[in-house]
Order: sequence, then structure tokens, then C-alpha cells
Amino acid sequence: MIAFADLLERLVFTPGRLAKIALLRRYFATQPDPDRGFGLAALTGELAFQAAKPAMVRALVEERTDPVLFAMSRDYVGDLAETVALIWPAAPSNAGPPRMTEVVQTLLSTPKSELPAVLAGWLDASDASVRYALLKLITGELRVGASARLAKVALAEVAEGRIAADEIEEVWHSLVPPYAPLFAWIGGGGPRPDPAGAPVFRSPMLAHPLEATDIAALLPSAYRAEWKWDGIRVQLVATPHGRRIFSRGADDISQAFPEIVEAMEFHAVLDGELLVIRDGEVQPFADLQQRLNRKAPGAKAQRDYPVAVRLYDLLFDGAEDLRPLPFDQRRVRLEAWHARHSPPRMDLSELIPFATVDELSVIRDGARAASIEGLMLKRGDSAYVPGRPKGQWWKWKRDPLTIDAVVMYAQRGHGKRSSYYSDYTFGLWREDGELVPVGKAYSGFTDAELVTLDRWIRNHTIHRFGPVREVERGLVLEIAFDAAQRSNRHKSGVALRFPRVTRVRMDKPAEEADRLDTLMRLIAGATQA
Amino acid sequence: MPPHPETWLKVRPDGLYCEPGDFFIDPLRPVGRAVITHAHADHARPGHDAVLASPETLALMDVRMGVGRAGAVQQALPYGEPISMGEVRLWMEPAGHVLGSAQVAMEWRGSRAVVSGDYKRQPDPTCLPFVPIPCDVFVTEATFALPVFRHPPAEHEVAKLLDSVALFPDRTHVVGAYALGKAQRVIALLRRAGWDRPIFLHGAQMPLCAAYERLGIPLGELLPATVAGKDKLQGAVVIAPPSAIADRWARRLAEPVVCNASGWMRVRQRARSKGVELPLVISDHCDWDELNQTLDDVGAPEVWVTHGREEALIHEAAKRGIRGRALRLVGYGDEQEDLAEPAAA
Repeated sequence: MIAFADLLERLVFTPGRLAKIALLRRYFATQPDPDRGFGLAALTGELAFQAAKPAMVRALVEERTDPVLFAMSRDYVGDLAETVALIWPAAPSNAGPPRMTEVVQTLLSTPKSELPAVLAGWLDASDASVRYALLKLITGELRVGASARLAKVALAEVAEGRIAADEIEEVWHSLVPPYAPLFAWIGGGGPRPDPAGAPVFRSPMLAHPLEATDIAALLPSAYRAEWKWDGIRVQLVATPHGRRIFSRGADDISQAFPEIVEAMEFHAVLDGELLVIRDGEVQPFADLQQRLNRKAPGAKAQRDYPVAVRLYDLLFDGAEDLRPLPFDQRRVRLEAWHARHSPPRMDLSELIPFATVDELSVIRDGARAASIEGLMLKRGDSAYVPGRPKGQWWKWKRDPLTIDAVVMYAQRGHGKRSSYYSDYTFGLWREDGELVPVGKAYSGFTDAELVTLDRWIRNHTIHRFGPVREVERGLVLEIAFDAAQRSNRHKSGVALRFPRVTRVRMDKPAEEADRLDTLMRLIAGATQA
Repeated sequence: MPPHPETWLKVRPDGLYCEPGDFFIDPLRPVGRAVITHAHADHARPGHDAVLASPETLALMDVRMGVGRAGAVQQALPYGEPISMGEVRLWMEPAGHVLGSAQVAMEWRGSRAVVSGDYKRQPDPTCLPFVPIPCDVFVTEATFALPVFRHPPAEHEVAKLLDSVALFPDRTHVVGAYALGKAQRVIALLRRAGWDRPIFLHGAQMPLCAAYERLGIPLGELLPATVAGKDKLQGAVVIAPPSAIADRWARRLAEPVVCNASGWMRVRQRARSKGVELPLVISDHCDWDELNQTLDDVGAPEVWVTHGREEALIHEAAKRGIRGRALRLVGYGDEQEDLAEPAAA
């Protein structure tokens, strides 16, 4: 548990992706089996114990500590598990802290009534860092600050280039902790684990954004066009061994969408967009968010936010891998497959006919529905390759909406940007002359602009709250965003999708920035003509 | 029966005042006669007429304030040498906080009070260890007086730092450390752990490190970080004031791993809000156990708490029959470890 606790401690504070990978790689390369396997399971969320409730932990610590001092400490520290980890009185013993494997196996086999005594024994034998890891693991609150994908990239690095992270992805969902066959494979001491028909995830093919320079070189006849829908990209996997819905990041989200799982009466792997579709109309992303927030939706949520999948691609038909086929052939197979099965809650993403790039550009500009982000362009001869191969698929987003907003607060960034005020909360003027915050942006500017912005923030600070500075109402930023949505979580009543800074308007007086009304008129739905 | 210390040692707006000796201890404003426990800015302020302190503290005050600014008349008092101040017998013993730090012991008519200043019990290669003095009233700080504060051995934290240097050999490890005491302790601990390469310093750290060396604390090869090129700082350890580690100054470093050496680093939110990537729990104050151990060691029936989390310490002392009193002296930074040194360069 010591190595795992150390890893956890460093991951939580480490902002850099490469540094996180280095930490993970070292853990996997140096820890023995099966400890590292259980560690991997804990990191990727596959080991979520809910063996102990916070009340049990509190009861344990209250037996060992003065309640007055515990209350003062809790107030000071905030987090319960952290307070307990820090305050737990040392009990000198010869037993060292438990190994990861011992913890997992004991939790699986110990009756609930005996757990407090077991846990107390472990806490006695551990230092604060191990105690923290133990308590977070046992209460199912382990938040690592590293994605499952990062763990797989680190595993691929342990294999020193012999195995790609995407290959690990393709066997991942057929494996169970502590992953002995996986570690044997990446260590060069075993064969590739055989998924044997298990419903596993395949890394999706992704698109590059289409820049102005790429447009000129585009050969229209080589490409097929589809709408780019504003939902979440999903992979539907149904085999004789099971059904899964995976997010783009390989998270298993099947439980959140039971009506889709129920509709998967076939054996195939499909790529598509999960959307809320009401009376044939795709609804704004905010509606889908209502479903994404729920792990297990009730009947009401299913009725109020009906979901469906718009199919883009067919990767497997039964056991047949179609990914090496060109897009055009896969499309033919997809259409035939859809006609044959006509699965409920699934329709086809329509192909948009066009002859020239100019024509396509007109189509793109004409799409006003908030649920459409723009266009996708896919080469007709493109095989389905994991990752982002150059020149195969393009995403051509609609021109964003923009507002001129006033900077209200600035916060320091993370990692390389920790010395810069790089996160900006901006606001718009309300009727009554008050400036109300409408969003936060931390990208879109150049490095040179960041230096200017940082200097301006430092020279115009009026209040400081920890890492946040409140600034004079004097700096206007042009903010671009994909859509505006009504929100009751924000004081202004509106939330922006993907806000980013497009221009620094040093020239513009703050009083001439946009009014909140202007933004309200851009809200999704209000624009749908 | 000897007089109770509260009849002759009093809290005044200027600080703690010893009436029969006519002097203040660590006064908050300029006074006629001041006894100074140690050279940190919140305890050693400029502009007094006469100053009594340990020889090392006077030397460090000269470095910080400029020669002569510590007081018009300066008297150096080595540890363990009693003198008379008015009707009071006074002597100093090591406090183990920073080089020269002293506890002030005072006796008047058979009654004895000890003002400990800031102190710690963990070993420190740059200063003499704390000596418990039995007394009637013990005056203590309570910076880390909550049972969540338990400082691990400093060697353990330095090992963590060196492990990280080995894992990220191309990056600079910049350690935030208060310029007086903490910086030199971290350097000395690194040397003991076998780190014999040059250690790079922020400009604000240079004069006090030089002073420590003059006072007989060897720190090995120290170089200014400001003139070293980025490539020279790859794999290097740089010591800088906590205010500089995640600010503009740090942009000259090679992909820095931001470390901070402070007792506050024990609490995650503290480390996170400062943007620290590697928190090092190294403190020049007592943790909870050391504070309570010290109360037992000095055996005083009464303890006065100057600043910090006095409520918790007084609560715990009461359980052992020790009477507690909160002095609530405003001006001693309980956040001292976080305080910024003005950036010199």
C-alpha cells in the first residue's frame, strides 16, 4: 500500500500529463504482481469498494480521539478522510502497513461487522499517506487525477514500444483485476490476452479541425459529408457475451442508458452519437446533460429526456472486422445492416450531397440548429484507424458566436501556466448597470497575448482571494462560443458552450462591451427558426 | 510565597513586558529595551534603543536590516550566561528554531517564567537543540497546535525530494523555503543525504546563507540561480522564497517541479491552493506531539499561548491539570512560513 499511496499523493498534485505518465510507468514497472494489478484497478475505477460508510469511519475515529479536538481538526482540514488520516494516533506495532493485495482480498472476504476492527488495525500500522489512500479506497471516494487512458499509455510505455496503448484498449474490457495476463503480455512474458468474444472497446477514429489552409487543398470528390451533432460520441458493442455502451474515452456508460442497451438486439460494433431526440428533433446538449448526470435514470428521466443513437459507422458486423474496409464500403454495409435489423432508438447519420467546397460552405453556414456543431468530412477510401490519422477525417465547425465581455476575475493556471493569470471570468452588463459573470475562458490567446493579459491583471487588481484576483472593469475580451444555453446554475441565467478568447480588445472601453440581453437572444431555441 | 508571574510579566500593546526588568520581549513596535528571541521579521523588528539577543541573532539581524539598525545599543548574550536586568535574573537557552534562536528565562523573587519564542524539537543540523527549562509559567506559540499536525522526520521529506529529482532528471526542482532558517536547513539536509552538486539560490536567499556560513554552518557550493542558464538548471535543486516558486521569477527554470517546504504542506488544500506539485512537510515549529511533550518536559503548572491555535492546546493542557491562558498577541505571523520575502532579484 505504501507505493500506491505515494503514487496517489504525487498524481493528485501533478498537473503535467507527461509527468503523470512517468509516475504511473514507474509504479507499474517496479511493483510486484498482483499488487500493481489491484493498484491499476483502483486507478481506473474498476475497484470501487463501498465497504465503509463515512459514518463508520467517524465512529472509529471518535473512539480514538478527543471529540473536541476532532471537531476543531475537521473544521480546519475540511475533508473527513483526510482529517482521520492525519489525526489517527500512532500505535507502535511490528506489523507494517498492509499490502495492496491484502487490502483488496480482505475487503472482499470480511463480513461488514468485522470491518471496523480490521480497518482500525490497518490504520494503526500505517502512516498518514497510507491511511488516506486506504480510507479513500474503502469508502469508494478515490479520485486520482489521472484518467484510465493515461494508465494505459503508461502500461504501453512499460512495454517499451512493443505494444501500443490502443492495443491494450482492445483487450482491456475483457480483463479483470489483478490483470495477470495483461502484465505478462506487456512484460514480454506472455501472449496477447484473447478477448474471446467479450464486448471490448476499440479506440475510435478521430478528426482534425479543418483550417483555412486545408480547405484550398480539399478534393471534393474524395470526401463524404455528414452533420457533426452536438451529443456525445459513443461506441455500441454487442456480442454473444454481452452489451456495452462506451464513451469516447472508454468509460463504460451502459448503466446510464438502459433503453439503448435494451435496443441492442444484435451482434455488432457501431460508432455513433448519443443524442436526446424529441419528436424527431435533436435537442440541445443541455438536455443530454440531464441524462449524463445520472448513473441510473428513473422512468421519469427516460421519458423526459428520450435518448437515441445516430449511427456513423459499422466497425464489426457479427465477428467480421470491417475496419480495414474503405469508408464507402463500410457505409454500404451500415445501411444494409440498419435496413436488416432496424433497431429501435437508432437511425442513420445522413450523407449530405455536395459538388463543390463552396456549396458545402453554404450548407455549413445555413445550419442554425443548436444541436449541429458543423460538418464532418470523411475520405471515401479511409479505413477506420484508431487515433487521428492526418488527412482522412476533418471536422469543420460552424463559425462560432461571439460576444465582447468584460474581465471580472482572473485565476492562475496550472503546470506550465502556474505563474500566469490565465483563467478569466468574464461578464456582461445587465439593464441595471451591474456586470454579471457569464462564463470562464482559459484558451484561445497566443503566448504573447498571455504575457500582456497577465501584466494587465497584475496591474489592475482590486482584491485578492487566494489564487483569484478581482480586477478593475477595464479589459474587454472577444469571446467565441458554440452555443448559449439557459442555466439556473449561473447568476446570469445563461451558460456558454466551449467559450474561448478570440481577441484581446485593449482598444475597447468596458462600457461598450455587450449587454446580457444580446446574449439572451442567442440562446439555443431562440435562434431556431 | 513567590509572586505569580502575571504580576510582573504583562501583555501591553507593544508586546510582552517584564516590569521589574523594564524590558519587552520581541516587541511589536520600537521600544526602549528589547530582548529578542530570534531574527525572524515578526519577532525582530527594527528601531529599538537597546537590544539584547544571542550573538547569532544579532548578526542575522544586521544582515536583514542593515548593520546597526537592529538597535542603537546592542548586547550579545551567549546561551546559559545569566545576567541581571533591573531586579530580574535573565538567561537564554537554545530554542532549536533557527540559528541563534533562544528561549528567555526570567526569575524574580523566586518566581520563574520562560518565554520560548518560536521553537521546535526535531533535530536540525543548523542549530542547537531546544533545552527544556523547568518553570512556573511557560510561554509558548501554538502555530501547529492541532492533532492533525504531525511532522514526519525531515530526512524522509528530503528523500522524497531526491527521489523526484531522480525520476525527473531534466526538470528543475524549485523548493520554496523561508530565507532564514528553513532554506539553510533544507540545504544542510540535502548535503547529509549525499547531494553534493551545487545548489542554486534565489537572490533573496544569498545573504543569509552567507551569514550562516560565516557563523560556522557549512552549506557546500551555492550558486545564484539568476545567472545560470536554463540548461544548467536541468536536474538542479533551486531554493527560493515561497512567494517566488510559482510566480514570474520561476519562468527562468527548466519545467520546474514546484516544491514547498512547510509544516502547512501536511494539509492537501494548502498545498493545492499554492500550486505545489511536491509538498514537503518540513517545519521549524513544533507539531502537536512536540508541543505537548514540551509542556510535560518543562512541568510548568501554567502555560501562556502567544499565537496560533491556542484553543486546542489549552484544551489539551487542561486535561493534564495545566492551566492555560491565551495572550492573543497580534502581529506574530502564525502564517509566517507562508510569508513572502521581498524578492531581491
